[in-house]
Amino acid sequence: MKLDAKIPEGELAEKWTKYRGSMNLVAPNNKRRLDVIVVGTGLAGASAAATLGELGYNVKCFTFHDSPRRAHSIAAQGGINAAKNYQNDGDSIYRLFYDTIKGGDYRSREANVHRLAECSTEIIDQAVAQGVPFAREYGGLLANRSFGGVQVSRTFYARGQTGQQLLLGAYSALSRQIAKGQVKMYNRHEMLDLVKIDGKARGIITRNLLTGKLDRHAAHCVVLATGGYGNVFYLSTNAMGSNVSAAWRSVKEGALFANPCYTQIHPTCIPVSGEYQSKLTLMSESLRNDGRVWVPKTIEDAQAIQRGEKRAEDLPEEDRDYYLERRYPAFGNLVPRDVASRAAKVASDEGKGVVKTGLGVYLDFADAIQRYGKSEAFSLGIANPSAEKIKELGEAIVKAKYGNLFQMYEKITGENPYKTAMKIYPAVHYTMGGLWVDYNLQTNVPGLFALGEANFSDHGANRLGASALMQGLADGYFVIPYTIGTFLADEIRTSKIANDTPEFLEAEQRVQNRLDQLMAIKGNQSVESFHRRLGKIMWEYCGMSRNAEGLKKGRQLIRELRKEFYEDVYIPGTTDEFNPELEKAARVADFLELGELFAVDALDRGESCGGHFREESTENGEAKRNDEDYTYVSAWEWDDNNPILHKEELTFENVELKTRSYK
Amino acid sequence: MNLTLKIWRQKNNGSNGHFENYQVEAEEHMSFLEMLDVLNQQLIEKKQDPVAFEHDCREGICGACSMVINGRPHGSQTGTTACQLHMRAFKTGDTITIEPFRANAFPVIKDLAVDRSSFDAIMQAGGYISVNTGQAVDGNAIPVEKADADEAFDSATCIGCGACVAACPNGSAMLFTSAKINHLSKLPQGQVEHSRRVKNMVRVMDKEGFGKCSNVGACEVDCPKEISTDNIAALNRYYLGSVLFGQD
Ligand SMILES: Cc1cc2nc3c(=O)[nH]c(=O)nc-3n(C[C@H](O)[C@H](O)[C@H](O)COP(=O)(O)OP(=O)(O)OC[C@H]3O[C@@H](n4cnc5c(N)ncnc54)[C@H](O)[C@@H]3O)c2cc1C
Ligand code: SF4
Ligand code: FES
Repeated sequence: MKLDAKIPEGELAEKWTKYRGSMNLVAPNNKRRLDVIVVGTGLAGASAAATLGELGYNVKCFTFHDSPRRAHSIAAQGGINAAKNYQNDGDSIYRLFYDTIKGGDYRSREANVHRLAECSTEIIDQAVAQGVPFAREYGGLLANRSFGGVQVSRTFYARGQTGQQLLLGAYSALSRQIAKGQVKMYNRHEMLDLVKIDGKARGIITRNLLTGKLDRHAAHCVVLATGGYGNVFYLSTNAMGSNVSAAWRSVKEGALFANPCYTQIHPTCIPVSGEYQSKLTLMSESLRNDGRVWVPKTIEDAQAIQRGEKRAEDLPEEDRDYYLERRYPAFGNLVPRDVASRAAKVASDEGKGVVKTGLGVYLDFADAIQRYGKSEAFSLGIANPSAEKIKELGEAIVKAKYGNLFQMYEKITGENPYKTAMKIYPAVHYTMGGLWVDYNLQTNVPGLFALGEANFSDHGANRLGASALMQGLADGYFVIPYTIGTFLADEIRTSKIANDTPEFLEAEQRVQNRLDQLMAIKGNQSVESFHRRLGKIMWEYCGMSRNAEGLKKGRQLIRELRKEFYEDVYIPGTTDEFNPELEKAARVADFLELGELFAVDALDRGESCGGHFREESTENGEAKRNDEDYTYVSAWEWDDNNPILHKEELTFENVELKTRSYK
Repeated sequence: MNLTLKIWRQKNNGSNGHFENYQVEAEEHMSFLEMLDVLNQQLIEKKQDPVAFEHDCREGICGACSMVINGRPHGSQTGTTACQLHMRAFKTGDTITIEPFRANAFPVIKDLAVDRSSFDAIMQAGGYISVNTGQAVDGNAIPVEKADADEAFDSATCIGCGACVAACPNGSAMLFTSAKINHLSKLPQGQVEHSRRVKNMVRVMDKEGFGKCSNVGACEVDCPKEISTDNIAALNRYYLGSVLFGQD
C-alpha cells in the first residue's frame, strides 16, 4: 500500500493558508443534505461536532459517557500552548513549530506541526469568547506560564483545571448546537463497529449502554475522536473508561494504526501504593517549575527511608542527589518528560527509591518556599523576617500557585506536601500513536477521519506538555471543518445513506456474534483480572525501557493471555441490559490485540527516540536516535499472525535533524 | 480493616430496591472506589451480580461518581468526591451505608447509578455564549478584571455531579444552575444574552422536575467543589430583574 500524506505544495508557512484558500468547498444548501457522524465528545470531538453543526452539516454525535462533559479531556490540568507571544519573550509560530518537532524527536510531519502552531492562537481567542475563565493578570489581560521543556512562557491555564474549562467551553458550544437541532446527541452509546460501503466509511454500529440494544447509524462520513489507548497498561493517568475500541474496530475494517509503541510516560505521578491500585494520578508538570527532584546519595539512606526510619527532611543537603540538575545542567528539573521519567527509573533501579516499593523519587518544594518567602518579605518591607515568617509567606505563594494540586496530593496520600517532600514516580499518560491519517486527518479508509489523541499526527515520538489540548482543539475547531470538505465535496450527489443495506446488517450481526461469544465463555476469571495482568506484561516488557528479547517475550505472553481470556473470562448478566462488565470485556478484548501490535512495533523500531527507549540503542547512557534507518512512520495493518508494516518516509525540508540535548 | 457495607441494590428502574449487607476487607491507602472494586471482584468470583456504580476519572473532576455514603452525598469529608475519599477516613468494624443519589429528576438506572441527563437539558437551554467558531476577537481584546475572572472561575469549577440536588430536601438544582449562570454573567462576554439565559435555564430546570429552592443550604455543604450559595442569591436577583422587571 502506498501511503500518501497529501501534504500540499509550497512554502511551509504558506501551505495551510494556500490549501485552505483553494480547496473545494461544499455550498451551504449541500451541507444541509450531508450527514456526519462524530464519535467522541472530548476536546476534539465536541469542538468538531459543534463547529460542523454551525456550518450546517447534520451531525450525529456519540459518547459512551452519560454526558458529553465527562470525556477524559476534563481531567487535563496544566494548560494549553499558543504562540501568542503576549509575553514578548521571543515566541512565534515558527518557534512553537520548531519546539514541537524537536520535542517529538523528529518523528512527526513538518507540515502538520506547522499548521498546528498556526491554529494555536485562534484557539485561545475562541475559548475566551466562549467564556473560558483563563488565569489573568491584575491588568485584566491573559496570564501565561512556561511549561515542561520549553524556554518561553506560552502556556495559557485555568488554575490546575485547564482541560475542564476548555472542555466545558466546547461542551457549551455543542449544547447550543444540540438545542438548535443541528447536532443530535447520543449519550451512553458505544460504537462497536465501523460500516464500510464500497470501501468508504458510511456508518457505525452502536450499543445503547442502558438497554443493550444495537443500532445502525448511517452517514456520508465518520469522524472518530475517541481518545488515546494508555489504558492498555491498565494503570495509567487516563480515566477508567478510556479505551481503544473505536479505533481498533476501524483497524479491523482496514484502517492503519500508526506508531503504537510511542507512549508518553509522565514523570510526575503519585506512586503505586498497593495491588488494589486502579489508576494513577498525575501531579501537573507545572510542579517541576518550582519543585526539585532528588533521591538520597546512598542506598543506605534510601533503604532507611523505604523502611520508614528516615524522612526527606532528615537528610542534609550534602546527602542528596539532585540528579536532574546534575545530569542536565542546562534544563535541570525542566527536561522533557521522557528524559525525566527515565532518570527516575534509573535512580530507583539503583536502589535509591524513596517509597516502600522502591519505586519513587522526591519532588521537593522546601527551597521554593524559602525563595518565595524571602522575596515576599522583601516586597512587603519586612526588615528581618523570622524563619517562620519566611516559611509562612513562602507557603502562601506556593499555595496560590499549586494549591489544588497539593490538596489533591494530600487527599490521596494522607501527607502534607508543604511540610514534607512529595513522592512521585512515572506513569503512562498519553499515547502519541493512533490511527494513521493524512494531512486532511483522513485515514486510509476514505470517509473515515480521526482527530485528537486518537490519531498519530502531530507529536512524533514524544509530546510536549500543554500540546494535547492544543492539538485536540485545533483538529476540531480549525482543521476538520475545512478538510472534511475535501471528501464531502465529491459526495453532494450521494443521497442519504440507507442503514438497512447488507453491509449494515452484516456489521450488526458481527457485533451481536462478538458479544454473544464473550458472554458464552462463562469462565472463572473477572475481566478486571485479565486487564491487570495485561497491564503488568506491558509495563514489564514494553514500558520505560525496552529490548528485543523482552519485547519478543512480552508479545508471546500477551498472545497466551489473549487465548486464556477467550477460554476463561466470566461476564455476569446478559447482553440486553445495563452491563458495565460486558462493556469492559469488549474493550479489554481489543486491548489484548493492540498490546501485541504495540510489542511488534516496539521491536521493529530498533532505535531510541522520544518515549521509545531501546536499550540496544544508547550512547553514554542517553537515548540514541537512528535517522538513517528509522525516519519513518510505522503504519500497521493488523493480521492475527503477522501484522504488516507500511512505511511513510518522513522528509524534513525546513529543520535540520539534531540530537536532542538538554545537557 | 474489616467493614460491613450496607448497599442499595436495585435491578433496574422498574423494580423495587432494597439494602443488602456485605463484608469486605480493605486497606487504609485504598480509595473508596477501590474498596468497592474489591467487593465486586468477590461478587464476580462467586458469580453474583456486581454492584453498579458510576465512575471514570477517579480524581474528582469528571463528576461521574455519585453515591450517598452514610447519609451524605460523596460522604462527609468536605470538598471531596466519592472517588477521592480514602479508606483511612474509616476504621475497622465500621458499617458503611451506600445509596444512590435520590432525586425526582435523577431516576435510578441500577444500584448506585442514576440518570442525570436533566443537567444536560438545563445546559442546552442557555448555558453558553453564542459565538460560532471563527467569530472571536483577539483574546486580549476583552480584558477582564482579575477579581471577576477569579469569581467566574470559582463558579465554573462545578463538575455537574448532582450532589447538590441529592443533598437538597426539595431536590432543587439551583446550585448547579446558578453556578453556570454566574460563571457566564461575571464575564463581559456573557452579558449580551444574560437575561434570556436566566429565563430559559430556570424554565427548563423547573420543567425537568427539580424542586424549588427554600434556602436550606445543604447543597453548599455537600458540594465537592464548594460552590457557594452566593451563586443562588445572585441568580435570585437576576431572575427578579429579568422576569419581573424585564431588564436585560
Ligand atoms: C491527567 C491528565 C492530565 C492532562 N493534562 C494535560 C495538559 O495539561 N495539557 C495538555 O495539553 N494535555 C493534557 N493531557 C492530555 C489531554 O488531556 C488528552 O490528550 C486530550 O484531552 C484527549 O482529548 P480527545 O478529545 O482526543 O479524547 P478524550 O477526551 O479522551 O475523549 C474521548 C471521547 O470519545 C468517546 N469514546 C471513546 N470511545 C468510544 C466509543 N467506542 N463509542 C462512543 N464514544 C467513545 C468518549 O466517551 C469521549 O467522549 C492530560 C491527560 C491526562 C490523563
Ligand atoms: S454545584 Fe457542586 S454539587 Fe452541584 S453539580 Fe456542581 S459540583 Fe456537583
Ligand atoms: S470518578 Fe470522576 S469525579 Fe469521581
